[in-house]
Amino acid sequence: MADLQDILKQALQAVADATDLQSLDEVRVKYLGKKGEFTALLKGLGKLPGNERKEAGQKINDAKRTFQLALEEKKQQLESAKLNAQLSSETVDVTMPGRGQQPGGLHPVTRTMNRIKELFSDLGFDVAEGPEIEDDFHNFEALNIPSHHPARAMHDTFYFDANTLLRTHTSPVQVRTMEKTEPPLRLIAPGRVYRCDSDLTHTPMFHQVEGLMVDTDVSFADLMGTLDRFLRLFFENEKLETRFRPSYFPFTEPSSEVDIQCVMCEGEGCRVCSHTGWLEVLGCGMVHPEVFKHAGIDNEKFTGYAFGMGVERLAMLRYGVNDLRLFFENDIKFLKQFA
Amino acid sequence: MKISQNWLHEWVNPQTDLEEFCATITMAGLEVDSIEPAAGEFTKIVVARVNSLEKHPDADKLNVCKVDAGGEELQIVCGAPNVREGLLVACATIGAVLPGNFKIKKSKLRGVESFGMLCSEKEMGLADQADGLMELPEDAPIGTDIREYLQLNDTIIEVDLTPNRADCLSVAGVAREVATLYKSDLNTLATAKVAVGTDATLAVSVTAKQACPRYTGRVIREVNPQATTPLWMVEKLRRAGIRSLGPCVDVTNFVMIELGQPMHAFDLDELKGGIQVRMANVGESITLLDGKEIKTTENTLLIADEEKALALAGIMGGEKSGVTDKTQHIFLEAAHFNPLAIAGKAREYGLHTDSSHRFERGVDPELPLQALERATELLIDICGGQAGPVVDQTSKADMPQRKPVQLRLERVNRMLGIEFEAADIESILNRLGMQLKKQGDGWLVKAPSFRFDIAIEADLIEEIIRIHGYNNIPRKLPTYQPAMKPLVEAEIGLQRIKDILVERGYHEAISYSFVDPKWQAAIDPDIEPVKLANPISADLSVMRTSIWPGLLKAVSHNLNRQQPRVRLFETGLTFVKQGADLVQNAKVSGAITGSIVAEQWSAEDRKVDFFDAKSDLEAILSAGGLNDVYFEKAGHPALHPGQSAKIFKKNQAIGWIGALHPNTQKKLDIDPPVYVFEVDQKLLLEGAVPVFKALSKFPEVRRDIAVLVKQEITVEELVKSIKSVTSEIFQEIMLFDVYTGTNIEDGLKSVALGLILQGFSSTLTDEDVEKEINKIVTVLNDRYGATLRE
Repeated sequence: MADLQDILKQALQAVADATDLQSLDEVRVKYLGKKGEFTALLKGLGKLPGNERKEAGQKINDAKRTFQLALEEKKQQLESAKLNAQLSSETVDVTMPGRGQQPGGLHPVTRTMNRIKELFSDLGFDVAEGPEIEDDFHNFEALNIPSHHPARAMHDTFYFDANTLLRTHTSPVQVRTMEKTEPPLRLIAPGRVYRCDSDLTHTPMFHQVEGLMVDTDVSFADLMGTLDRFLRLFFENEKLETRFRPSYFPFTEPSSEVDIQCVMCEGEGCRVCSHTGWLEVLGCGMVHPEVFKHAGIDNEKFTGYAFGMGVERLAMLRYGVNDLRLFFENDIKFLKQFA
Repeated sequence: MKISQNWLHEWVNPQTDLEEFCATITMAGLEVDSIEPAAGEFTKIVVARVNSLEKHPDADKLNVCKVDAGGEELQIVCGAPNVREGLLVACATIGAVLPGNFKIKKSKLRGVESFGMLCSEKEMGLADQADGLMELPEDAPIGTDIREYLQLNDTIIEVDLTPNRADCLSVAGVAREVATLYKSDLNTLATAKVAVGTDATLAVSVTAKQACPRYTGRVIREVNPQATTPLWMVEKLRRAGIRSLGPCVDVTNFVMIELGQPMHAFDLDELKGGIQVRMANVGESITLLDGKEIKTTENTLLIADEEKALALAGIMGGEKSGVTDKTQHIFLEAAHFNPLAIAGKAREYGLHTDSSHRFERGVDPELPLQALERATELLIDICGGQAGPVVDQTSKADMPQRKPVQLRLERVNRMLGIEFEAADIESILNRLGMQLKKQGDGWLVKAPSFRFDIAIEADLIEEIIRIHGYNNIPRKLPTYQPAMKPLVEAEIGLQRIKDILVERGYHEAISYSFVDPKWQAAIDPDIEPVKLANPISADLSVMRTSIWPGLLKAVSHNLNRQQPRVRLFETGLTFVKQGADLVQNAKVSGAITGSIVAEQWSAEDRKVDFFDAKSDLEAILSAGGLNDVYFEKAGHPALHPGQSAKIFKKNQAIGWIGALHPNTQKKLDIDPPVYVFEVDQKLLLEGAVPVFKALSKFPEVRRDIAVLVKQEITVEELVKSIKSVTSEIFQEIMLFDVYTGTNIEDGLKSVALGLILQGFSSTLTDEDVEKEINKIVTVLNDRYGATLRE
């Protein structure tokens, strides 16, 4: 049976020499195919005497199995190598950027207004809107600012004619709401307002959010608590100090301005807060009886508070924007920073 | 209002430091705007006398002076025009340091040695400008430190007063407030009546009694026109921000700052007959003290004599009747004008004076007589002269009525959210000088005459909490009962639209609502825009009728800053006049230019076109459902005639989309093609509640047809026609190709449509499908002569 051992040796060598699946398959056919060498050996068994046949068959089958195992192992090796080669050829630089449209972003003023709306919405404040070209009555008269009032000079109003103007604040929205809705009321009115003023720190158009709450027992303590909470949440600083400073608005009394501890220097004093440690961010007060009178609301039964804040100012403090005018240039390099 | 700390201390002097003091008054509503020293930082400047001087041998404008500064005589070279022998001056000696760390050393000026410097007010930081040396009175003690002599160790506190606190527009007013806050003693001014030295008087007749309920005045004869204002008064006025203009004017200004009563002095010799206080006739002319000539308008209160208007009452005096350095006899005025008569008037004449500022906010009506006596006293001290008897025209009936104000304890506590005891309130109001009378649960409160701002209960509540301290109120959060609110499902929030655009690569812009008329006309030439009467500048003078002008300006801004790819949107109102109505419509607007995607390593670099803009527009429209939306080819003056469409929803025109017309681009100086859209928010935000439609179990069939039609036939027309004839098995139609060119006759185009058909109760047979397709082909042929392309 030296012959069998030679064949097996050659066969195993052929398996070892195979470099790819195709040549390996050729080896398989050569030895195991219909005309293969092992096949031929098995076919030759019939020629052997009966008593030798079993033993010879056993040996051929052993050799064949040895060959098959080698073949299978080699096949797996080659398949695995092939897959690895494929994977390797398909490897990409995963750090390269993704493909397609990249999202833009909301304007920082919108972003800030959304934040204000959301915080007040949790307290049941609905959003109200109104016209931007207003009449004198809603912008001034109904807010207890008669035509001769010194406060008018401070408003730097844009006029179209004696009775038509661009609203100088969002307060007319509270008048319009009170005219048509019975208390209790909780509303905030975000929007564009206009003042005839333009320099480093003023733009002729900017945004305000006005707030109004009217109910049977709304107090100044409620107003202070609400705004204090709002400012801490807005700036995400539980330790933020707020202070209420007596001031004057014709449509509220008592009136107050609200200062926060400077968010740039944490009250140490810096350029932003003119070295006072405080920043004025809000105006507020209890609704003036004259305003209720104009709106037809019973001043004895109801009390109310109102507040107003400049959106750009809050956005500047929140995001550290150092130039107000950037908000209206719409430079993509600016807008992108808030996306 | 600027107030000198030293002056204030003459009235009230609480034990505190400056910082704490400023914080305290700020927190009481007298907001401190700035704190400045009364003079610049300097040392070693002393009172000195110019003993003699001679011309500098080599310089025309310089003098060589011998100066007595209290020691050895000094030689000092000086270039000031007013230097003269015998003049007392401020002299910076060797070793002195002037503001700006300017050190005085021995020096040579054009070869002549100089041992110091004679100073102007500017050089000592006392004034912003000066035209010569500061001249000191003849009795100034030579050698004395100037800082000590002028009491310059003082601080000027600028208080920003709110319009309701006109009572604090004086040293006396601020002092009262400080005394209340600190519970300190207040030194009042004891004004004795000045002895009358002459019978001379002037008749005063007030016809406008409502506007002028009180007019007091007096003649003062024989004042010395050569007299000069004492240095202490000049200094006090300077620290209040007022320039010295001669003793008569200085005294009236001084009394205004000291007590709060604006006054006026007339040159008696310029008056013809008595004083008349009357309403002006329209068109009376008067030249004011500032040299400006005005013509009076309606409702102007005048001080006049028999012949002419003398002064705009409470605002400004006239040039002719004012005192000069020749005036010998004067008439002093201290009146009370009704704020309503003055308010807004100064502004109307383009004026704003210390007097009008006070009168339109209110002045204590009881002040004129006291002020008149005070001014007389000061004037006679300075200029001599004899005072005539006081003329007092007071119309009691027209004087402001100060009715007691009702105050209820319950109301105070309910309004403030705090539990005050009656005694707390009484204590505060007493400190404020209010008179209280118990009444039921509260009081009847009478405010002192200087608190003319107190008129209603809320005014008192504000006073109580102001003195108690706003920040001493415990802060509460209002109780809130959460409640579900109506939620209209068919309403789409604007935020959803913004989010869609943001996801599609747009940045949100916010542009001014007023725009350049040129840009406005380039976009909407056929609409007359609403014009501002007082625009801030010509290029921001008309209200936008479309958001496009502002948005395109932003596009242009970015293109000019190396940003070739711009995608912007904006939401907001537009303003269009329609007959008598002004329509303020909210819109959503977008503009795109440049590459479809930001430059990247693997994407095709394709420029955007009409259909990119349309896809974005359809994306926002789809938020409310596209079923009732269609586009119609239409012309817009700003848009490309072949690439512009009107947008319809629910059969109403809601906006426009298109490429900017090349002419529009040229007008706006924008080079690359820009595609824009704009739609009304109202219909855009109207959606619908979804209605379920059962799904078919049977297979769907797709048939593709390609038809040849004339080029000008729109796909929208074909689709509409198809939909008008199809049956319930028709499901969907897709445009998958439009082709012109080889094998297609000129003027025609091939439109390839995919049709999806599906039966609901059975599988469609070939016959069913053929029937449906035939209907479609027939209608297209009938209406547009369309033929099937083989």
